[in-house]
Amino acid sequence: MVSLVPGKRIQSLFKINPTAILQLGFWVMLSIVMMTVDHRYRYLGGLRDVLGTAIYPLHYVMRMPGETKLWIGENLSGRGALLEENARLREKQLFFNVQLQKLTILEAENRRLRSLLESTVNMSERVLVAEMLAMDFDLYRHHILLNRGRQHGVYVGQPVLDQHGIAGQIIRAEPLTSTAILITDANHALPIQVNRTGVRTLALGTGNFQELRLPHIPNNEDVKVGDLLVTSGLGGRFPRGYPVGTVVKVAFDPGSPFANIVAKPLAQLDRIREVLLLEGQPDALQPAPSVKEPAPAAKEKEPPPPPKPREPAPRTSPSGAARPS
Amino acid sequence: MTVAPRAGGWVIALSFLVAFLLGGIPWPGGLERFRPDWAALVLIYWSMALPHRVGIGTGWLVGLLLDVGRGALLGQHALAFASVAYLTSQTYRRIRAAPLWQQTFSILVLLLVKQILVFWISGVIGYPPKDWWYLAPALGGMACWPLLFVILRDVRRYFEVS
Repeated sequence: MVSLVPGKRIQSLFKINPTAILQLGFWVMLSIVMMTVDHRYRYLGGLRDVLGTAIYPLHYVMRMPGETKLWIGENLSGRGALLEENARLREKQLFFNVQLQKLTILEAENRRLRSLLESTVNMSERVLVAEMLAMDFDLYRHHILLNRGRQHGVYVGQPVLDQHGIAGQIIRAEPLTSTAILITDANHALPIQVNRTGVRTLALGTGNFQELRLPHIPNNEDVKVGDLLVTSGLGGRFPRGYPVGTVVKVAFDPGSPFANIVAKPLAQLDRIREVLLLEGQPDALQPAPSVKEPAPAAKEKEPPPPPKPREPAPRTSPSGAARPS
Repeated sequence: MTVAPRAGGWVIALSFLVAFLLGGIPWPGGLERFRPDWAALVLIYWSMALPHRVGIGTGWLVGLLLDVGRGALLGQHALAFASVAYLTSQTYRRIRAAPLWQQTFSILVLLLVKQILVFWISGVIGYPPKDWWYLAPALGGMACWPLLFVILRDVRRYFEVS
């Protein structure tokens, strides 16, 4: 039977649905329009907010296996191990307390000296702890999704740190989540300065978690392997003096006027779990183009920070305790 | 996904949900680069098994949700997924007729198209891929296809989704 009418069967194998191409055209056009609007004009924030909030619970489900493992580990560890850990932590806290005493004195002294010089400094930085929900999956873009959003006071441009140094900045804030770009993203540049000599330059991301490039330092400048890089505070996004990385390679190319310098970020960008978001304006380079904060200018005048019970700020602490020194 | 009168729409929705979740789980060590795009695989399966229910529009919606979840450009994965669903809808009769191991080659082609579209758009907005590793997830997806196919087929038969 079948062999008598082979043409019909083959025809049905190769049948083409003519309206499908129209459908495809419609959806592709819609995608292109949306991408253009999203990329060029950023009008689609509302749509992103709605959909993002809708799929927010998914991120929690996604993290459940890891969290469960942690929880089980914590609950099943023996009394001995817990006591040991307790003792170790207490010792550590003692050590930090001693250091903190020194820091308080230094901070006071710093403020006094600065007031002598009549320059302003913002000591009242507070931090907000955020956890990473997801990492952007294409390998060339270093974006991370955090579980704090506009509801918690996150704003675009807010600096992101981990416990070792600068990690990145917020580029998008949705109601419950936010997206941060890491300093190693190929499209990120960070104003820095070499701590030892004070040379100012930019650190460019490379797309590699272990590498920052410093392409604008002349050959005759004094930069050595092991030099600490800190933020310079220029540009107004990042506060001054936070550690960024260490120089790992200095090479001179006789043909080029600039040295080939590579640095390694201090922040452990490939194994981030929790990050700190710095609240408050950076060092007051420009008056007050604040996004969210009510009155940053007033805050800078008075040294003791007024306690702000304006939001249910989860787990905030003065940055002095969180700052690695 | 939202075709109410026919049975088992929730199974399709749930399978996409699981694919989203799987997509967020990293693979160990060197295999990470081969981690397949589960949502794309599931989309290919459903648009092959039930072409009258899961098509270009569904693919577009799934891609859009993926864009939001990953913080990508809105419409990037949507465009790629709609194209994959279109190609599947035009070729599913031939793919379905082939033995499972031969199907994997068709799947590879579909996944490569998807990868290239996604990264082509990334390139347009200033993130061109630096090496050829960005095609690796298609190979991973090809390797995972037989397993996924068998599981989803059994799920479909058990819940009588048609």
